[in-house]
Amino acid sequence: MATQSHDVEALIKKRYEHGFHTDIETDTVPPGLDEDVICLISNKKHEPDWLLQWRLEAFRAWQKMKTPTWQHIKHAPIDYQAISYYSAPKSKDDAPQSLDEVDPKLLETYEKLGIPLHEQKMLAGVAVDAVFDSVSVATTFKEKLHEAGVIFCSFSEAVQNHPDLVKQYLGSVVPQGDNFFAALNSAVFTDGSFVYIPKGVKCPMELSTYFRINAMNTGQFERTLIVADEGSQVSYLEGCTAPQRDENQLHAAVVELVALDDANIKYSTVQNWYPGDENGVGGIYNFVTKRGDARGNNSRISWTQVETGSAITWKYPSCILRGDNSVGEFYSVAVTSNWQQADTGTKMIHLGKNTKSTIVSKGISAMHGDQAYRGLVRIAPTATNARNYTQCDSLLMGDQCGAHTFPYMEVRNNSAKVEHEATTSKIGEDQLFYCRSRGITEEDAVNMIVNGFCKDVFKELPMEFAVEAQKLLGVTLEGAVG
Amino acid sequence: MLSIKNLHAQVDDTDILKGVDLEIKPGEIHAIMGPNGSGKSTLANVLAGRDDYTVTAGEILFEGQNLADMAPEERACAGLFLAFQYPVEIPGVNNIYLLKAALNAIRKSRGEDALDAVEFMKLVRERMKLVKLNEDLLNRSVNEGFSGGEKKRNEIFQMAVLEPKLAILDETDSGLDIDALKIVAEGVNAMRSPERSMILVTHYQRLLDYIKPDHVHVLADGKIIKSGDEQLAKELEERGYEWVKQEAAAA
Ligand SMILES: Nc1ncnc2c1ncn2[C@@H]1O[C@H](COP(=O)(O)OP(=O)(O)OP(=O)(O)O)[C@@H](O)[C@H]1O
Ligand SMILES: [Mg+2]
Repeated sequence: MATQSHDVEALIKKRYEHGFHTDIETDTVPPGLDEDVICLISNKKHEPDWLLQWRLEAFRAWQKMKTPTWQHIKHAPIDYQAISYYSAPKSKDDAPQSLDEVDPKLLETYEKLGIPLHEQKMLAGVAVDAVFDSVSVATTFKEKLHEAGVIFCSFSEAVQNHPDLVKQYLGSVVPQGDNFFAALNSAVFTDGSFVYIPKGVKCPMELSTYFRINAMNTGQFERTLIVADEGSQVSYLEGCTAPQRDENQLHAAVVELVALDDANIKYSTVQNWYPGDENGVGGIYNFVTKRGDARGNNSRISWTQVETGSAITWKYPSCILRGDNSVGEFYSVAVTSNWQQADTGTKMIHLGKNTKSTIVSKGISAMHGDQAYRGLVRIAPTATNARNYTQCDSLLMGDQCGAHTFPYMEVRNNSAKVEHEATTSKIGEDQLFYCRSRGITEEDAVNMIVNGFCKDVFKELPMEFAVEAQKLLGVTLEGAVG
Repeated sequence: MLSIKNLHAQVDDTDILKGVDLEIKPGEIHAIMGPNGSGKSTLANVLAGRDDYTVTAGEILFEGQNLADMAPEERACAGLFLAFQYPVEIPGVNNIYLLKAALNAIRKSRGEDALDAVEFMKLVRERMKLVKLNEDLLNRSVNEGFSGGEKKRNEIFQMAVLEPKLAILDETDSGLDIDALKIVAEGVNAMRSPERSMILVTHYQRLLDYIKPDHVHVLADGKIIKSGDEQLAKELEERGYEWVKQEAAAA
């Protein structure tokens, strides 16, 4: 009777909801990476020479670097020469001015994903900058943002239209040679998003970008830069999903956030890229560098992430608390099921006085999923009266999955107060039975308990995302009780 | 309503129930008493369908349906309810959110429409009064940080909302203060009806002063060794279980 492991398997085998593939002719550069390819990418994008040189510097740095090995992740070596570094929808020369001009197949794809691209379907108040493979194809709500003086565009457009801003801030948080994957991204990034919120402006709507990986064997290297000028505020949502495929795909994004005096940036991610099948075949390799620089006094940067997808997640959204009284937050839910692996966490680097950081990490492992929380809290000698609170909880479903915690603390100022709490628990048979004995199905019960476990993080998400995140968690963990 | 025949059940390969027979008719209240560890909660859990409890022999028919074939949630939908001896805490899950999901799941199984938030809250307010449940508990996480008595009261409140056909109350009286016991008992009595049956698992005759049982059974070492009426409970209160066991051994 009831929860036997084969039921569990049947449920989890439910095919990846977003697994389909759109047929669009792509303009793809042959696999391989050298300086010529980088020149070609830069050329195709009509970039200024300084940016080409910047890319080449990154490439040279990358060539001298080695793949990091400290993470708690296993995978076959990645052949960087087997990857194609550029792919764009064919129609890019005459980029669409409105949705009518967008390839209907593309729109169909987005619709299947439930991305509200059509204006009538748009969630009220959300502007979408959709990225299909490497080039942005549609941007909405530009007008309203324009009125407020907010710049929200694709990275390529920013390079063309706001070169000074890009030049000033690009690489100022994550330098080209920061780490292996950031260096690779800096050399070959194709597109991404750019946001600038002028002084004193509260962005009138939540900004949202959906990334999607499509063409076969195309690594995707997104670059996002968000600058919040003095006294400004912005909430940015990033959601991702990808079609099913067999070969592993590399994704190495870089996100840089800059918050000047009194500015406030909230960055939320829901990541549900293809996690691979039940045998661990396929799935996205997600190696991301995300960092925010709370550069100004009284600035605040808040990361919220819900990571349910990808075969491999390697990601540590971090905050440099440089300004006095600046605040950094990290709220994370990471789910690993089937054969997914995640090594994720954050770094809070306290430099300014009275800086405060909060870390709430909820890890859920099911089936053979394996994950590690890796967090660093560093209180520099200059950071008088710094405060950190870290709470790090793991929930295990079944006995084949794993959870590990690697908290690092470096406290170099005696006035610091650092608190760390960690728990690991198994999803309670008692809790499940309790819910079921009240008439709730096992699936719904798991969902409810897991959502309860994640509540402290979900409440940080913007409304639309909170709902999506809960649904996603349900799909990811369907029947994953053992 | 409920017919248990020669029920044998194991937990972790240990035989706990060793041939339980019990017949319950609609509207009846049966009290089950017995020494610690005799298998009362095991019986309750087996009835509710807990996974790690294996039925090794015998059968349980609930309104003609074979319970062994049904998942716990199906049993609940069929009208079975267990008020737990130790209600579990579920952090982050709102108490009435769970209850609403439960009620609507049960309604759905009966082909009834889900109650909307307004209708549901109306029902909740009405049923809360039955057990004088503290309103604060509604929006707290399920049982988290509830006092022992609050947990028990919450169980009966859930019962009042879910309106089961057969309720099994596993030591609902333990941990209740004298006033609370009275209130909860009144709540239970208000739920009494010719269609609703109950099994009260208890150690104390006091509960049975408030809720009059039709039958009283003694469960010892996995078997019902004696059955009687209210008088039996009084006798047990005075004399303990030893004499019943000896009587059973002699027979
Ligand atoms: N998971 C388990 N593994 C092994 N033995 C168990 C398990 N659960 C219960 N038991 C044993 O089964 C027997 C019956 O337990 P049960 O909880 O049914 O008793 P009870 O009659 O409800 O007692 P009490 O009056 O103390 O509540 C006890 O000896 C108990 O230790
Ligand atoms: Mg008991």
